[in-house]
Order: sequence, then structure tokens, then C-alpha cells
Amino acid sequence: MSTVKTTPEVREGWDGAAAASPSARARKRLTSPGASIAAVVIAVLWTLPTFGLLLSSFRPEEDIKGNGWWNWFTDPELTLESYNEVLFGSTTQLSTYVVNSVVITVPSVVIPVVLALLAAYAFAWMKFPFRNTLFVAVFALQIVPIQVALIPLLQIFVDTGLNGTFWPLWIAHSVFALPLAVYLLHNFMSDIPAELVEAARVDGAGHVKIFRAIMLPLVLPAIAAFGVFQFLWVWNDLLVALTFAGSTSDVAPLTARIAELVGTRGTEWHLLSAGAFVSMLVPVIVFVTMQRFFVRGLLAGSVKG
Amino acid sequence: MATVTYDKASRIYPGQDNPAVDSLDLTIEDGEFLVLVGPSGCGKSTSLRMLAGLEEVDQGSIRIGERDVTHMPPKDRDIAMVFQNYALYPHMSVSDNMGFALKIAGTPKDEIRRRVADAAKLLDLEEYLDRKPKALSGGQRQRVAMGRAIVREPQVFLMDEPLSNLDAKLRVSTRTQIASLQRRLGITTVYVTHDQIEAMTMGDRVAVLKDGLLQQVDTPLGLFDKPQNVFVAGFIGSPAMNIATFDLVDGNATLGESSVPVPPAVSAAVKEEGSDTVTLGFRPEALEPVSSESEGGIPIVVDVIEELGADAFVYGQPAGPTSELQSDRMRSETVIARVEPRNVPAKGAKVNFRVRPGNEHFFSVKTGARIEA
Repeated sequence: MSTVKTTPEVREGWDGAAAASPSARARKRLTSPGASIAAVVIAVLWTLPTFGLLLSSFRPEEDIKGNGWWNWFTDPELTLESYNEVLFGSTTQLSTYVVNSVVITVPSVVIPVVLALLAAYAFAWMKFPFRNTLFVAVFALQIVPIQVALIPLLQIFVDTGLNGTFWPLWIAHSVFALPLAVYLLHNFMSDIPAELVEAARVDGAGHVKIFRAIMLPLVLPAIAAFGVFQFLWVWNDLLVALTFAGSTSDVAPLTARIAELVGTRGTEWHLLSAGAFVSMLVPVIVFVTMQRFFVRGLLAGSVKG
Repeated sequence: MATVTYDKASRIYPGQDNPAVDSLDLTIEDGEFLVLVGPSGCGKSTSLRMLAGLEEVDQGSIRIGERDVTHMPPKDRDIAMVFQNYALYPHMSVSDNMGFALKIAGTPKDEIRRRVADAAKLLDLEEYLDRKPKALSGGQRQRVAMGRAIVREPQVFLMDEPLSNLDAKLRVSTRTQIASLQRRLGITTVYVTHDQIEAMTMGDRVAVLKDGLLQQVDTPLGLFDKPQNVFVAGFIGSPAMNIATFDLVDGNATLGESSVPVPPAVSAAVKEEGSDTVTLGFRPEALEPVSSESEGGIPIVVDVIEELGADAFVYGQPAGPTSELQSDRMRSETVIARVEPRNVPAKGAKVNFRVRPGNEHFFSVKTGARIEA
């Protein structure tokens, strides 16, 4: 301590260390056994309802209707009956709706990603009049609440005769996703050093080549991140689905059908938990396989290099 | 291989009054190594980027050989550029980085492989061809950037401070490697740097820029021996030239009790422009110690001594009775003198220097232009 007092330079160094120390202290506190136990307790509480749902989905119909899932521990009986009914049963047939959901979701991810990539490249690397104004305008569209756009859009779809096909869903999801997609991808693309693009230009590349050979590989994490995000959003969406496809079961997705289980056909609500798990399965698979990209994509924007 | 001609080329950034590059007139010979040098913000990088096509040319024109490239996109100019931060494509291997331009140009695969291999051999990169840039050291990345330019066999090489990210020692060795590589390939090269030592050691000719204006183009020795104005005089040479404003009295430039004889031609020129002062510059190595009694010497109190082994430099303040006046008239804070490295004065000692006759540089006080003796 005596050296600290005598030399001002060292003191300055200590001040710098002191500035970093709150985070170090916080980290120490957060890794203490008490904090770990608290974290485990919170995690268990948080997961408990989901666990209950999972357990319910394997219980027989009369048990589900009769009492809560915790009674399973006194009367353990498991069955796949609910799943069988939900997927292949004559009234529900969720398997068709799974296919519907896939058919709705995949283009609803691919279309906005492709369009947004092209737009983001133009906004980030091409010079044209009113570029900044247009970019702000695109992002400002985010302000418009989705609910405001639903009915006018529906009218357009009815007028153009698109209603009853998958097109309204594809178009609506793409439209709603585009502003954020353009904004996110633009930020990723403009983070790429200008020197890299200039080097490519000097090397003889035009815009198309730069886009394909430089941009796409470098923003792949961002594409994956946004893709996962959009996938989960569309897969779990109910509002857009109900508006544009709710009444026509031909094109309705899983979520709309599951909502109906509770609503119009209240007698089947015991199938709800199994249906929920069927619908959760795909997003979980997507997230688990892609989460490497997802996390990296979220980090890549903030941490340079 | 080609000449490069800047014909009154200007670049004015939108919303700015002063051009970043102001009607640059410069001809670079076939196979020449030309260095653009100047302080930061002088327009040297902009000039280079105008030649590369990365910056617009607002006035005038630029030609490569006989081709007018003023408004040509970079890809049609047949140039290769080495960037300050190398700008290697991070997702490609070294060989893909080097072959990228050839691939775009549609060169057959065998030939790409052969040319990349040749360049890699030349630059000692053979064992790294499959690596990604991330796994290379700074010096290796720099060589890959060079290699990427070499494989194209372009008409002109452009280099934008390619050594500034290397450590001091590597910079010196890479400096000579680049210079000798350029001589061997014989490709016209434009090289931008802010480091006047790099400029002096590498360039066949050196162009000094300041505030977008070309100050002087000459061989390194020409710049050193005959700087055309005060700026070039102060910029070229290390340590810097001592520059001060002297009064012209009876054929002598005097400042306090110090006095330097002035050639008649210079006196006449100064009189002609109606002035009685002259800017006098003398390099540290033009000073020699004399006995304290000798007339007209420049007395200096030694502040700092830099002993480099082969050289020794004395940094001091004027010390005579008129030292205040002398300090006011000086361009820099200190007077710098080269002394015998094995016979340096002590710190705080008072030394009398005089300017070796014939080593003075005279400049007009009004225009800053050189007055030839």
C-alpha cells in the first residue's frame, strides 16, 4: 500500500482497476453458492408449468379432465393416447396442420430474408438519391401496429382473389418481417469494413459478385439469427393465421387448430397439452440445431472483429 | 506497365469548400516507384483512391498509359491495390484471396493455381496457402495482400500505407523487400505514406503534398538538397531542419548576435520583393561547433542529447544575450545539431555552432518559396 501512496502513476492504475471492480465484484457474488441455489430455484419454478403440461399430455383423458397433473405422482399412469388422437384422430388430424405450418413457415422465412438481403446491401453499399430518407422510412414502418394493417390487407387479398390460398399468409408474414429484417441485415452489412468492399471492387468485382462472394458469407450468422427468429415468429403466430386463414382449414396452421381445440370444440380440450407439444417440437429442433448461429449472430453485431 | 498521368485532377468532397486534392498535375513514368507523402489530411490517400477509382474525380482527368480512366469503374482500370489494413477476405483461404481477382476475370483454373503458386514462392507464403487470414501474423497478412496484388500482373500497383500496421523492425525489412520486389517486377507503383523515411528510402521520386496541393516532386536527394519551399524543407529530413526568420543586414542574415553570410543573388532577390527579412534553414548536419569567441555563431544550451551510436544529435535552446528574440523567430521549439557521436557535449553545456558555408537554404518570407543562391 505504501507504493500506492507514493507514486501517482500507480494510483491512476489502481483507479482504473477500481472502475472495473464493480463488475468483478458482481461476478463474484453471482457465482457464490447462494446465488447458484437461487438460480436453480428460479429455473425450476419457471420450468414447472411446462413440465406439468408435458406430464398432462401423457395422461389418460379422464385423468386430465378429473384432476391436476400433480396427482399423477399418486396415480402414475402414462399413455400415448392423446398424441395418437391429436395427430391421426378423425376429428383433429394435427398431422395435416403440421404440414400446413411447414408450408406456411418456410416461404415466410425465405421470402423476407432474400428481399431484405438485397435491400440491405443496396442501403449499405450503393449510392442512390434519398438513400437515407428511404432507409428511415422503411424502418419507420415498424411503428405501424400490425393490427391496423390486418383488415385492409384482408380486403386486398379478397379483392384480388388470393384468399383461401397460402399466398395471403406468405405475403403478410413477409411484409410484417421486412422492416426489421432490412434494418438488422443493413447494420450487419455496414459493419463489414469498407476496405473489404473496395478491395473486391479493385479486384474486379461488381455489385452482384461482391454481394455473393463477400457479403453473403460474412453475414451468414446474421441471416441464420434472423432466420431462426422469423421461423419461431411465424410458426407460433396465431393472429395473422386467424385473420387470413382461420376459417379455411385447408390452409390453417397448427396454432389456429390448437386454439380451436379450446374454443369452438371445447369438448376436446384434454388434447390441448399434446397438441401444444406437437407444435413445440419443430421450433425446439430448429432452435437447438441453429442456436450456435443464433448466439453468434447476436454477438457478431456488438463485438467487432 | 504504363505511365500514370494526373491532369489537373481535383476532388472536392460534397459540402466542402476546399478541395481535398487541388488540380494535381503529376506524371509517373513507366516502371517508376513514386511515393506520395505528406502530413495527415494532405490528400495523398485521396489522390491514390482517385487513381483507383474509389473516389470520384470532380475536375481534370487521370490517364493510365493512353487510356482515360477518369470515370472508369475500378474493375476496368487494370490496377491492384494494397490496403492499409490489408482487407483480406476473412472467409477465404490465402490462395483463394490471392486468386480472387483472377477467378473473377475468368482465368483458367490451372493458370490461377500456377500464378498463385509463383507469387507465394516469391513472398515465402507457400506453407500458408490453405490457411485463413485469421491464422496469420501481421507480417504474413501483409505479404498476402502484396501477393494478391502481384498475381494480377496489373499495369499499376497502388499501396496505401501498407506498412503502418507492422512493428518497427518488420517495417524496415519489409520496406526494402517491397522496394526490391518492385524493381524486379518493373510495375509502375504509387505508394502513399506519411512517413518521410519510408518515402526517402523507397521512392524513385517523391511527391510532397500539403492541403491538397502538390508542393514538390523530385528524387529523394533532390528534395533533401533543394527543397522548393519552407514546408518541404521542414517536412523532409530527420531530424527536421532548423528554420528561423533572419534580418538581412549588409549582406548578412542576422538574428541577434548570430549572423550568416548571404550570397549576393539571395540579397538581391529579397530586396526585389521589398523585404528586409529572409527565412533561413539549415539542417542539423550543417551545423558545426566553433569556439565561443568566434563571430556570428549560434550559442545553444544543450537540453537533450540523442546518442544513436552512428550519430548524435543535440537538442538545445538559444543561449546568447538575444535568446528571446531568437526563440520567437524560430519555427520549432528547439535547435537541433548533429555532433560527433564520440565527442558529445554535456547536458546543460553551452555550445557555439555555426552553419557550414554553402549548406544554408534561403526562402522568401512572403511566399515561402526557395531563393536560389
